[in-house]
Amino acid sequence: MMNKNNQTPETISSPEKREQETEIISGSEILIRSLIAEGADTLFGYPGGAIMPVFDALYDHKHEIKHILVRHEQGAVHAAQGYARVSQKVGVALVTSGPGATNTITGITDAMMDSTPMVVISGQVASSLLGSDAFQEADVIGVTQPITKWVYQIRRVEDIAWAVSKAFYIASSGRPGPVVLDIAKDAQVNKCAYSYQKTIFLRSYLPEPEIEDDQIRMAADLINNAKKPLALVGHGVVLGNAEEELRAFLEKADIPFGSTILGLSAMPTDHPLNFGMLGMHGNVAPNMMTNQCDVLIAIGMRFDDRVTGDLNTYAKQAKVIHFDIDPAEINKNVKTTVKVSGNAKKTLPMVIALLKEQSHAAWLSEFKPYEQKEFDCIIKNELYPENGGEIKMGEVVHKVTEATHNKAVCVTDVGQHQMMSTRYFKFTESRSMVTSGGLGTMGFGLPAGIGAKYGAPERTVCIFVGDGGLQMTMQELGTIMEYDIDVKIILLNNNYLGMVRQWQELFFDERYSETHLKNPDFIKVADAYNIKGRKVTQRSELDEAIAEMLAHKGAYLLEVVVETKGMVYPMIPSGGSVTNILLGNGNKL
Amino acid sequence: MEENKTLYTITIFSENTVGVLNQITTIFTRRQLNIETLSVSPSAIKGIHKFTITTFSDDENVMKKLVSLIDKRVDILKAYYNTNEDLVHQELALYKLSTEKVLAHGSIEYLVRKYNVRILEVSTDCVVFLKAGHYEETQGLFEELAESIGVLQFVRSGRIAITKSKVERLSDMLAKRERENQEKWGNA
Ligand SMILES: Cc1ncc(C[n+]2csc(CCOP(=O)(O)OP(=O)(O)O)c2C)c(N)n1
Ligand SMILES: [Mg+2]
Repeated sequence: MMNKNNQTPETISSPEKREQETEIISGSEILIRSLIAEGADTLFGYPGGAIMPVFDALYDHKHEIKHILVRHEQGAVHAAQGYARVSQKVGVALVTSGPGATNTITGITDAMMDSTPMVVISGQVASSLLGSDAFQEADVIGVTQPITKWVYQIRRVEDIAWAVSKAFYIASSGRPGPVVLDIAKDAQVNKCAYSYQKTIFLRSYLPEPEIEDDQIRMAADLINNAKKPLALVGHGVVLGNAEEELRAFLEKADIPFGSTILGLSAMPTDHPLNFGMLGMHGNVAPNMMTNQCDVLIAIGMRFDDRVTGDLNTYAKQAKVIHFDIDPAEINKNVKTTVKVSGNAKKTLPMVIALLKEQSHAAWLSEFKPYEQKEFDCIIKNELYPENGGEIKMGEVVHKVTEATHNKAVCVTDVGQHQMMSTRYFKFTESRSMVTSGGLGTMGFGLPAGIGAKYGAPERTVCIFVGDGGLQMTMQELGTIMEYDIDVKIILLNNNYLGMVRQWQELFFDERYSETHLKNPDFIKVADAYNIKGRKVTQRSELDEAIAEMLAHKGAYLLEVVVETKGMVYPMIPSGGSVTNILLGNGNKL
Repeated sequence: MEENKTLYTITIFSENTVGVLNQITTIFTRRQLNIETLSVSPSAIKGIHKFTITTFSDDENVMKKLVSLIDKRVDILKAYYNTNEDLVHQELALYKLSTEKVLAHGSIEYLVRKYNVRILEVSTDCVVFLKAGHYEETQGLFEELAESIGVLQFVRSGRIAITKSKVERLSDMLAKRERENQEKWGNA
């Protein structure tokens, strides 16, 4: 089944059609101009044989479109993700064929899991060589099809402009996601006429499902009659820019809420209805209340198993309202009483219009004992340890967030430090939490932080990273050096693959198989890259070191030697009930 | 045939682009569903392909999820599932028999009348029959011929099916989408 038309039949032009140009230019030139037409201002990439014509064309457009040369293609993709997550724009990565393309697989999967709008452009061998096991040929379409929202192999120069237009439309509309364009080398070199039309409609693709009025009404009825409503706030709110609508919704009906890890910065941390994070290492109150509420209102979240634990015991008493833009999420994991399909930015106001103003003071007060219990058993000692001893991860995160007045972008890698960051970093602005949620990709933090800085250049970007994860993409220190990227890297060094060690301690009889690390001198490594660094081993130095880091102009590596055998609590053991929460240290709920 | 399971027929309409079948089959694979039969061809609407796939399942919810995952793919226009009651469906089967053995068994005319088959080929070596029908019918004939005469080659197509309902889902949906797009963006 081949696509025989120059233009896909289903693509139609936008009303603000650009001036038709009839210039005959190369495919590479078309690609760059198309990217500029889509508003791309920053590319993260790495050259190689099969993409050289594009890099050559880029040479003439340096003033219009920035290219950041990363040190590994995985870094390019994570940087594009970080960029997209903070900026509302589509992240773009540009790589060569074969190994260049296969190096992007982890980041593409990560973007798919976390619904991140991204376009990855890979070079491909000449179309005449396709399928011949040519040098650096990889079946990129076959490999990436299951991990993308859309993939397309461009074999003819005439197909570049519309494919780019379609790629950006698909990546950014509806539930966003990654798109791969695999461009044969001859298509990059050959020439044709260029004109660009933005895609605004594909007949096979309905980005937002129709909003059904009776669903809106039923949802409002349930909420109006709820005595103990609880909302679960997810990434969809952020992706849909529905933060204001969410706030109005929650406040009008006085609904307490918890957030998924990716929904965290949608509402300010200190909002009185905000009871914190959901899930495995989330806060006790929203997890416990999930099984006590009468109406559970999920907004742009997908009931991931890290949030729900055992589905057989999850919110069985509650009627469930599920707001989501993706119809495939409804009833996927949790049986829904009322679905509200559509973009939360549109559906929330429709529901709000039907809501009664409410006050749930009694219900809200039921959260307090759990908050107190968690504070007494866990938070107090993690943030304000009294009896000396090794530095704790939580207290470092806490000091950093306070020192930034809770205004920084928090980027994390994956592990214990990630959970400590998501638990203790505080937010006053949306799009401030950049972490690998669905895939849990170690190595994400450093390059994602680079991208975040380009996506939000005015903001302070703090990257929390572990000693294990830093070494997975540590080469990106080179990128930071070359482009003078002002990111604050906080290395929480416990000398362990801490999160795995924690599981070994709890579930594998303390048999610490292959989780201890012999680490390099990280400060020397930073120094080799001309990045200012400081290692802190004493609690007394911490405040001053953080102040120095934040005052420093440019990148900074703050290595904090933290307790080697720290534990992240609370913890719901994998597959356990959402109320089966371990508090550690012999404490019980 | 699998016990306690229902045979579902999944109908999918897609754009005519490379790799759609791959997109569909990976969704079956991830949901651990075995494809029983598969048939693909251009549909009545130009540029749109139709897939008819059958699979067994003991849980209709699995079908709902499967169809919504398929529907979600950008190149897919529409996916839905039905059970046999909703459908008129057929499979085609070809049977190659030795001419000598057929003649020894009786006349060709006798077989054609008895089994309601069409003859596609007769040579000194072989006779090729065609039979259209439900699985049970084409399978029944195969078993009977294999017993009585011997079958040299046998092949059966995937199921093709048409819904009995009077709603023309795809053309309605396409017309609606085009109309809404017009309303939204005007005559671009
Ligand atoms: C690419 C990848 N490999 C393996 C894992 C499994 N894993 C999850 S957390 C973790 C340990 C991380 O160690 P470190 O970076 O030092 O962070 P810590 O938990 O010590 O804070 C590992 C190995 C993973 N998430 N990603
Ligand atoms: Mg560690």
